[in-house]
Amino acid sequence: MDKKERKAFIAKRVAKELHDGDVVNLGIGLPTMVANYVPEGMDVTFQSENGFVGLGPAPEEGKEDKDIINAGGMPVTIKEGGVFFDSATSFGIIRGGHVDMTVLGALQVDGKGNLANWMIPGKMVPGMGGAMDLVVGAKKVIVAMEHTVKGNPKILKECNLPLTAAGEVDLIITEMGVMEVTDKGLVLTEINPEFTVEDVKNATEAELIVADDLKKMEA
Amino acid sequence: MNKVVTIEEAISHIEDGMSIMIGGFLSCGTPCKLVDALVEKGVKDLTIISNDTGFVDSGVGKLVVNKQVKTLYASHIGTNKETGNQMNAGEMEVHLVPQGTLAEQIRAAGAGLGGFLTPTGVGTVIEEGKEKKEIDGVTYLLEKPLKADVALLLGHKVDKKGNIVYRGSTRTFNTVMATAADLVIVEAENIVEVGEIDQNEVVTPGIFVDYIVGGDK
Repeated sequence: MDKKERKAFIAKRVAKELHDGDVVNLGIGLPTMVANYVPEGMDVTFQSENGFVGLGPAPEEGKEDKDIINAGGMPVTIKEGGVFFDSATSFGIIRGGHVDMTVLGALQVDGKGNLANWMIPGKMVPGMGGAMDLVVGAKKVIVAMEHTVKGNPKILKECNLPLTAAGEVDLIITEMGVMEVTDKGLVLTEINPEFTVEDVKNATEAELIVADDLKKMEA
Repeated sequence: MNKVVTIEEAISHIEDGMSIMIGGFLSCGTPCKLVDALVEKGVKDLTIISNDTGFVDSGVGKLVVNKQVKTLYASHIGTNKETGNQMNAGEMEVHLVPQGTLAEQIRAAGAGLGGFLTPTGVGTVIEEGKEKKEIDGVTYLLEKPLKADVALLLGHKVDKKGNIVYRGSTRTFNTVMATAADLVIVEAENIVEVGEIDQNEVVTPGIFVDYIVGGDK
């Protein structure tokens, strides 16, 4: 798989975690692609942290509305039945447990469910935006990302970058497999048949527990 | 009382060293004409409170580029490289605040609250120096209210009493900022007569607003 195919594969697999009626917040980049794979007939409401639910796809060229943007600043649309609100309400929705699932990328994630995705000291300090609230408030937190960066593991024994939140990640989905954060540690529950368990272990610094009923990862 | 004034008159009350809240999210919902007027006026050593610093050529970002900001409270600065440059050079003091905490700090100030308890930031650098409280087994951080001398808002439709109707995703921080500053100036895309806005549609009550500018749309 090339990079584009890997990202689409990950996004498709994340989409299988959606349920009818869910309210979902998607991060910028790969997570945004999940919206393209909502199963047919399923009603999922996407939340945009800057202040609405009912986030729709990008408008046709020439039909952009400067007053309707997503959290990445890109022009988007709002669906019928969607609602605009202010930032305090938006984060009340987020912190208050009214978002069923959030999908984010990571710089690092570890076996204890710690997540680092908002700064690299001395190098890149964009700020946390809404990520800290989302990870703490959403009922289910999914990290969706490529398994490694430049061949180096991103799934570590312990994050060494400043954390976004401690112990809040529930599920990690990469092109290699699906990993669940449990009290016992990180459990590999599904594996992409293109890889062996050994491949996944080699690309992961955190200790991996292989599930007894390890399944084939399908997107 | 007449609240409709020129931009020049409205910003004549803004001086060096003041704290200013500016509404919007990545320039959407930001009162860009008021910001431009502040850039032209050149007031300096400002404390700016806003979700982000927009872009180098639009919104709050222009104040940063023009080196008018001494202290910044924001949740995200990644879209304006000049903010990062000035922060790294020690020219600007930057306080990065989780977005939900920032909104609630402003809301608390405007609602007369002494602070609030939030789970956001527990176990991260955000908790440093803050009081922690455990309520029913959950750990929270005590966050204090945040107020300012001035708030600059953008409204889509504003009547002459200052009642504001917003459009699309422009509400952002405008609603809470309206309540948390001594002087509140709204840049109106459209100014209408009192009575032209249905009372059921008003989002920000005009009692919070001191001055209305713009309305050339």
